[in-house]
Amino acid sequence: MSTPNDMPPFGGDFGAFVRRAHAQGRLVVQPRMGFGDPALMREGLAAVARLPAATAGTITLDSYTRVGDYRAIEAALANGERLNGYPIVSLHPDVTLGVTLGLAGPDFQIQVRHGSPDPLDIVRAMSRVGLYATEGGPLSYCLPYGRLPVRRAVDNWRRCCEELAALRRPGAEPHLETFGGCLLGQLCPPSLLVAVSVLEALFFRRHGLRSVSLSYAQQTNHQQDLQALAALRTLARRHLSDVDWHVVLYTYMGLFPATRSGAMRLAEQSVRLAAQGGVERLIVKTAAEAHRIPTIADNTQALRAAADWFDEAGRFADGPGPMGGGDHSDGDDGDDGSDNEVLHEACALIEAVLELSDDVGRALVEAMRGGLLDVPYCLHPDNAGNSRSFIDARGRLAWSRAGAMPVRPQPDHDSPMSSAQLLAALSYVADRSAAASPYSTASRREG
Amino acid sequence: MITDNSYPRRNPTALLSSVSSDSHTWNLVYLELVLAEAGYDVHNLGPCVPDELLIENGRRYRPDLIVISSVNGHGASDGTRLIQRIRADAALAGTPVVIGGKLGTDGTAGAVERERLLLSAGFAAVFEDATDLSPFLAFAAGVHRAVSTATGRIPDEHTERYATVRR
Repeated sequence: MSTPNDMPPFGGDFGAFVRRAHAQGRLVVQPRMGFGDPALMREGLAAVARLPAATAGTITLDSYTRVGDYRAIEAALANGERLNGYPIVSLHPDVTLGVTLGLAGPDFQIQVRHGSPDPLDIVRAMSRVGLYATEGGPLSYCLPYGRLPVRRAVDNWRRCCEELAALRRPGAEPHLETFGGCLLGQLCPPSLLVAVSVLEALFFRRHGLRSVSLSYAQQTNHQQDLQALAALRTLARRHLSDVDWHVVLYTYMGLFPATRSGAMRLAEQSVRLAAQGGVERLIVKTAAEAHRIPTIADNTQALRAAADWFDEAGRFADGPGPMGGGDHSDGDDGDDGSDNEVLHEACALIEAVLELSDDVGRALVEAMRGGLLDVPYCLHPDNAGNSRSFIDARGRLAWSRAGAMPVRPQPDHDSPMSSAQLLAALSYVADRSAAASPYSTASRREG
Repeated sequence: MITDNSYPRRNPTALLSSVSSDSHTWNLVYLELVLAEAGYDVHNLGPCVPDELLIENGRRYRPDLIVISSVNGHGASDGTRLIQRIRADAALAGTPVVIGGKLGTDGTAGAVERERLLLSAGFAAVFEDATDLSPFLAFAAGVHRAVSTATGRIPDEHTERYATVRR
């Protein structure tokens, strides 16, 4: 593949775009869309760009690209098989330029989403076509996604950050989002999600990024999720005051309600969470996702609904909402942190990890080795595997076993889990949303 | 692994894995528990397992059953490639291998044709998009019975098996 001699067509500033929208009281909504066919990919981006809402575009890559299996892509393309995402590395830059041309601009930023513990090929392919925003992290794109040793993922992500940061020029600010707030999607207590999200953002900054976002995925309990978002903001202010940052929330990533009304209720709940938590950007989930790769219409419908719900939430939220929260300097997120359990635990985890080394990357490797970060139910060979979580009587995620992590478990709840109990825990949110949801009505009153 | 299989082998053994491109985990965590409850000692290789690694572990553990679970939509194509390699391996040529999950990118569309292709490629059974696990459980129980009878091993009762699940 040749590198074009002329400047890439567009770099943009993803973080600045989100900041502008937030200042106007708008929530940036974003899909997780990705298609193997370039024409369909362009059609999808165009449909998202056209929506009367603050939207960011997404190019989600296929899973062969994620694992670097480019031969499988060639084989699939030759056999006319459909890929589950866009193969940006395998396609000529001109093809991808054809996808983004006239769409990518100051008011429509595109993020490339993948899941690779070895993302250098991807970052290079993106930068050739002027796409400078992506997501991931040395732990969050390693632990859930395979077997690569954490030490190597840290090396890979350091190089990726450095190459991405080197693209900075007037009018182009590379942006990286941590995926640490989404580890395994469900059943991970929020304190660990917040801690890994912050640690990965520190890693990005250490290796040259000046614009980052911190992720958090909606979990099982609205109040606990609000605490997590407040903790994330407090810790970002504390640790990332010299870079541009914002918070990105993911609509529940686990098992979705099977009924349409249940799925809508859960999605609406995530929008209310975004509004009350002062979140700047929301990654939506489509109701179709549980069954198949969502279509363009599935995606635009979900985005439109999210934007509408946000306008509605903005009218009745009296806590930190679209206009009240999210200012980096005000120090007021509706929670002074004194009784925020998520914040206390996340602080303890972050401090324990940062004490291990002056180098964040080395600290992460050591923390995994010593089990100071230990993700429940994670099958990665480098994960200690001595922690377990459970959903308590209030619906909050809690630790039944903490391994070597500096958090307090509730050992009374530590018992062997049967497949039926695991399924019940994995289905907890889906079941609650499918029924007339007390979760939903309770928080509406609170809002 | 979330269960403990470090004690000497007593039960029929299952090797549980995803395909090389699939990063999903919860299906594997769940199936590990299901297979343990069905009386198997389980080796769970986790997500994104390259074909070579699966075959290497197959040679090492000589499982009585290989279970492939995939939900990312590439299961049919990855599975076809994988089963050809397993069938070509002398040590594993006779091992029953089953595949299940969401195997195409468009829901259950094309499932019948996929099943036919996967069976002819060498899978012993295909369980696509099963909201009902019972066909898979019946298959696993059949293999378990056959192995136990052939080796004269008396399968553990569930209660005993549970005692070994790591707390």
